[in-house]
Amino acid sequence: MKVTIREEVLQYQDQIIEAWLEQVQTFRQDESLKNISASVYESTSREFIDKLLITLQQDVVADTELNQFVEKLIQMGWPLNFITRGLQEFRKASVKIVAENSDEFSSKIEFFQDIENWVDEVVNLLVDQYSGSWENTVFLQKMALKELSAPLIPVFDKISVMPLVGTIDTERAKLIMENLLEGVIEHRSQVVLIDITGVPVVDTMVAHHIIQASEAVRLVGATCILVGIRPEIAQTIVNLGIDLGKFPTKSTLKKGVETALAMTKREIIETEA
Amino acid sequence: MQVQTHVDINSEWGIVAARQAGRKLAREIGFGSVDQARITTAISELARNIYLYANQGQIKIEEVADSNKRGMKIIASDEGPGIRDVRRVMEDGFTTSGGLGAGLPGVKRLMDEFDIDSELDSGTVITAVKWLR
Repeated sequence: MKVTIREEVLQYQDQIIEAWLEQVQTFRQDESLKNISASVYESTSREFIDKLLITLQQDVVADTELNQFVEKLIQMGWPLNFITRGLQEFRKASVKIVAENSDEFSSKIEFFQDIENWVDEVVNLLVDQYSGSWENTVFLQKMALKELSAPLIPVFDKISVMPLVGTIDTERAKLIMENLLEGVIEHRSQVVLIDITGVPVVDTMVAHHIIQASEAVRLVGATCILVGIRPEIAQTIVNLGIDLGKFPTKSTLKKGVETALAMTKREIIETEA
Repeated sequence: MQVQTHVDINSEWGIVAARQAGRKLAREIGFGSVDQARITTAISELARNIYLYANQGQIKIEEVADSNKRGMKIIASDEGPGIRDVRRVMEDGFTTSGGLGAGLPGVKRLMDEFDIDSELDSGTVITAVKWLR
């Protein structure tokens, strides 16, 4: 922003702040801002305009106190529209008040353009900061999801369990297959129990992936038992006409473990006291 | 007033969104847990077909009422390549993607009414209805 215009804005800053705070109060009723208490809202708004004016004084936009302030807002979960609307109001208020007070600038189109450019630059920067933080969150959540995707847990010698929870998409199906085969070799499992209690929908694709996985497990010399089939899932599998006749299934993990022990010629007995 | 929901399918997440919307409406209409699972599975199959063969399309679910019964209608529409031979896709085990080939005949068995309208190179519309018993 040109030095003269900046000075002009700063000269009338008290009036601008006043008008701005008034405007900011009007969108306090927004759905996303309703839950914030009045005093916090007031103090945050004040801090926002302070940082904005400091940035204006220094005439650098990147890497300032404003950025740190926005970082804080992101962490506290303030909505982005508080920032964008706040800046829009700042532009309106400063244009209006400088125009009212100064004859010299009000007639010049450069004056409006200058303020707009400056505000746009700040908006772009802060929106980038926000969306960067969202992308980061989404990425981390994806990683977290992947970590709990498909663990193979050895429960007894030669027996492992893979509990599946949640939606199975193509990427997860691939991971299930990999973990299953690697785990079977690593733990020298003879029997693998795949537990689908936590899978909400078993459609043909999910069934297909499970069938393929168990076929692959068979190739490396182990047996798959499908457990945790809920009654409604059993009915939809029959309706869909999916043939699961090739590999053993059990209703619960408990029964699956018993069968697996029997297959490896063991059983659980109660000891005498 | 009929309840309507649209879900755009353009990624695998769309499939999840469609069936969640379906399960919610099925529960609101009053379907039991088995029928909820049937409806959700049917939506999942139809949405996956859209994603797999047409890349993008739309699932519309709505509450329907006849003179003496209520139910739920699923309309899956896309502007994909269309189905070359409708009779063959309704055969169990027929597949062009290496899957199980149980999807469409399965959906027909999961639901009470089923209708395919497909034209080569211009798209497919599949309508399926489940009545509340």
